[in-house]
Amino acid sequence: MSRLVAQFHVRYPTFQLSIDLDAPASDITVLFGPSGSGKTTLLRCLAGLERASDGFMQFGNDVWQDEKRGLCLPLYKRPIGYVFQEPRLFPHYNVRSNLLYGYKRIPVEERRIAIEQVVDILGIGHLLERRIHKLSGGEQQRVAIGRALLTSPKLLLLDEPLASLDIQRKQELVPFIKQLHKALHIPVVYVSHAINEILQLADRVVLLKEGKVVGIGALNEVLTSPQFRRNLGSLRVGAVLDTRVANHESEYGLTRLEFKGQFLFISLQPVSVGESLRVHILASDVTLVVGQIDCPTSVLNILEATILEIRETDQSSVDVLLDIGAPLVASITRKSLVNLGLKPGQRVFAHIKAVALNEELVE
Amino acid sequence: MGALADLDLSALSVSVRLAAMTVIVLLMVGTPLAWWLAHTRSRFRPVVEAAVALPIVLPPTVMGFYILVALGPYGPLGRIADLSLAFTFTGLVIASVFYSMPFVIQPLQNAFEAVGKAPLEAAWSLRASKWDAFLTVISPIALRGYISAIVLGFAHTLGEFGVVLMVGGSIPGQTRVLSTTIFEHVEVMEYSQAHTISAFMLIFSFLVLLAVYIANRRFPIHVS
Repeated sequence: MSRLVAQFHVRYPTFQLSIDLDAPASDITVLFGPSGSGKTTLLRCLAGLERASDGFMQFGNDVWQDEKRGLCLPLYKRPIGYVFQEPRLFPHYNVRSNLLYGYKRIPVEERRIAIEQVVDILGIGHLLERRIHKLSGGEQQRVAIGRALLTSPKLLLLDEPLASLDIQRKQELVPFIKQLHKALHIPVVYVSHAINEILQLADRVVLLKEGKVVGIGALNEVLTSPQFRRNLGSLRVGAVLDTRVANHESEYGLTRLEFKGQFLFISLQPVSVGESLRVHILASDVTLVVGQIDCPTSVLNILEATILEIRETDQSSVDVLLDIGAPLVASITRKSLVNLGLKPGQRVFAHIKAVALNEELVE
Repeated sequence: MGALADLDLSALSVSVRLAAMTVIVLLMVGTPLAWWLAHTRSRFRPVVEAAVALPIVLPPTVMGFYILVALGPYGPLGRIADLSLAFTFTGLVIASVFYSMPFVIQPLQNAFEAVGKAPLEAAWSLRASKWDAFLTVISPIALRGYISAIVLGFAHTLGEFGVVLMVGGSIPGQTRVLSTTIFEHVEVMEYSQAHTISAFMLIFSFLVLLAVYIANRRFPIHVS
């Protein structure tokens, strides 16, 4: 698996970027953090649009920047597809010419992605002869993504491509981004400050704060890490599980999901058996029960778990980090912690309300 | 004697050739300069901007005087050329380039500022080199700026008088242009000839400006 190595140390008038990154460059990596944390600057450094005087960047075996040798390839010499916050389509070309602008500029033997393929994935076939100003915001952004893909990039950089769109257009675009990654196998680095985009898209998260990396890892590791709560405490803490659809119980309006040998119920989903489904479990929706309970309960979702760690959060509550084959967080009161005598290593049952499992919609 | 003869075709031809040459030179020199002015963060930018705007406020005789000295056999430009460029067509082009500079640079600078760097970065991300991006993306988007620059530069050069008289004199077929012809007609009391040329220039100038304003309002920029 190729890796992305990046070191950028650069001082701007208002803030300082100090990045030291070495991560697998596959799947979808989300650069996450509040506004002003340096996400976009880091992405622009990766692209070569900003030049860090103290910088090094390597993608796979290709070194794109090494300031010790005075090397910094300009963006047009890097096999990168870049999608900006605004679509930045060329107003004097129609949709087709915009799509073909980059395609025509790469050698024929490097064209791995066909026009039909991109048009198909992004659903823009009916727009090809349109003028740019006749497109909606969502359509423009889809064309911008298509235009970037048609350069057959080895790395796709997306800078909050949904930020300028309304809720409906966001919902329309997220599946496209997921699907293009699945279909074309291009590593994606995606900048976002919207937690719901991360929950839906990310495989790996790089957590940024004030120009520095404060957390990095698989989505669920980062979501359940203390850094995440410490730096983004106001956001709802929870865990994400990539489950598989086991079967449907349509008479009850439920879908049964399998995750590492355990099962969860969710309201009926239009997803075929065997398909994967990502679910989000809020820490506040997880209740802990010690020992096997014989009393009947209305809770359908009961997972066996081991306590990994107990984290102080505030005066009245604590976060309990659980292992269910993946990290899961339960937020409970300090009083319950003492009453139950919970300790790391202890086996417990996590009760989860089925309704809390729904994949959240993009806000 | 018809009105056409009064117009003095050789002066018209010199005027048009002078304006065309001036605009061509200014586009070549002015494009990079306007681009630099639009995007630089250098503290010398206001200095350069003021220098470019100088011909708007300076009496043409002042500019004409210094250019005449510079072009003369002992001036720096005259020495490079190893002959006096004063009172030649080439000298007139050099003088006009300075005199009409703001009328070409300023519309270009405004256009480049309006275009911004965003389309340029987008073009780079699509494998277009700097030149490629400039020619295929920036220039078409800045097309209105170019049209304004060309038309204003052309019309302003056509209308210059003081600098032409200082640097070029009024040698028929070489440096005598329409505006100096009017002056000469008036000097010898040939009011009707002066009137013909003046009316021609008045109408021409008005039509040019009208065209610029109409084009600025509704010129659609499409390549394909």
